Amino acid sequence: MAIDTKIASEAKEAKKKEMILFLSNSEEREHFLSKNNRKLLSDPLNDNNPITVQVLGICSALAITVQLEPAIVMALAVTAVLAFSNMIVSLIRNLIPNRIRIIVQLVIVASLVILVDQILKAYAYDVSKQLSVFVGLIITNCIVMGRLEAFALGNGVYKSFLDGIGNAAGYGVILIIVAFFRELLGSGKLFGFEVLGHKAAVAAESTGLYAYGYENNGLMLLSPMALIVVGIIIWVQRSRNRKLIEQN
Amino acid sequence: MEEIPVNKTNTNGYTFMFAIIMVVVVASVLAFTATTLQPIQNENVRQEKMQNILATVGIETERSEAEGLYDKCITETVALKEDGSVDEKADAFTVDLARELKKPGNEQVYPLYIANIDGAKYYIIPLRGKGLWDAIWGYVSLKDDVNTIKGAVFDHKGETPGLGAEITQTWFRERFADEKIFDGSGNLIGVSVVKGNVGPSNKEDNKVDAISGATITGNGVSDMISERLQHYLPYFKKQKDIKVAIQ
Repeated sequence: MAIDTKIASEAKEAKKKEMILFLSNSEEREHFLSKNNRKLLSDPLNDNNPITVQVLGICSALAITVQLEPAIVMALAVTAVLAFSNMIVSLIRNLIPNRIRIIVQLVIVASLVILVDQILKAYAYDVSKQLSVFVGLIITNCIVMGRLEAFALGNGVYKSFLDGIGNAAGYGVILIIVAFFRELLGSGKLFGFEVLGHKAAVAAESTGLYAYGYENNGLMLLSPMALIVVGIIIWVQRSRNRKLIEQN
Repeated sequence: MEEIPVNKTNTNGYTFMFAIIMVVVVASVLAFTATTLQPIQNENVRQEKMQNILATVGIETERSEAEGLYDKCITETVALKEDGSVDEKADAFTVDLARELKKPGNEQVYPLYIANIDGAKYYIIPLRGKGLWDAIWGYVSLKDDVNTIKGAVFDHKGETPGLGAEITQTWFRERFADEKIFDGSGNLIGVSVVKGNVGPSNKEDNKVDAISGATITGNGVSDMISERLQHYLPYFKKQKDIKVAIQ
């Protein structure tokens, strides 16, 4: 009898361990913000930035960085989609049939994107009109599928969540920097406020910088300038972070 | 204890089951969200419609304030039948022009919004037509001579961003202000969007300058204006207080 209960409790223990493995994939419990976990958040901001180092998600970086507000909403939308799709895929990673895993990932990403789109349409209608198709195109953002395949399928839920937040932040930071320069230099505004003064139709009535003959640079509003701004960011980043420079 | 096979997720049965359960779960979550948010989204669309109607008569407003201003400025909305008589049963504001245009001609009703601003009367006509990729629509307002355009707004479903989609921009809309819809001999021809600089200051030629790279969307706008306005002629002819020389 004693042996029986021992076997039963051992089996219970084994099942418990399996459960922990299933949820976290690491046998040792890590502190919530241990060094490794912090790295998951900080790495994509600099050393492994999705836009400037991996050069993913460029399409949306061109399209929605004319003004700051849509850029920030886009960054938030991508954060929500990336964090939750990473979490969900990681949660069911041992259940997903390997042969249809890409389809499963796509379905999860697509439904999250539709959710975000519906919520924006209800609570941020004007921004959702401005973002138009680009919310839907989050589905095709390489960063999302890339993180699911490369990270969420092989890591625990919490780590995948952090990885999602980190990568979305790395994407969002670049988006916001680009949008800042494009809106400031292209239309002389930030968040729609005229920070450089008011440009009137009659030159004499202009205020601020415009009174001294300053002109907005219309080229900043066109897509190519987003690429050039991203290029300048990459240049600045590499000159400060030497290990990013390829050795040939 | 039963041994769980390591590759159970690779069997066909499991794959099918997984796919079916996933689709059902995802579908119900999405359907639930869509139905819950529908009323809020519809309210946004309704306010935007009011905002657009007001924009044609030169009142630019925030969406949240559109409803109050709309109630103040739009004094009359009528739904017109094909022969120009007023259909008393139809609620003009909720008429869905896209659906009306699919009906046979004698069953269609056309909404007309009449604004009274500081003593001036404006007729606002909803438009709907085809762009390059999908539907385009908008509103055009006429001054009380039923000839001069006060203003216009356009919107679209899927025109190319940066090209056809530019019809929503203020600089394009402003080209329509003060243009005439009748030609010199009194025929209703609308306003054409044409290539080449057609003289923005010439308001008598029934033409406005097109957008480069958006020829088909521009033609859509021209067709939409002339086609829709034709349907309101019978009504305008019946109105005694309208002074225009309509043949």
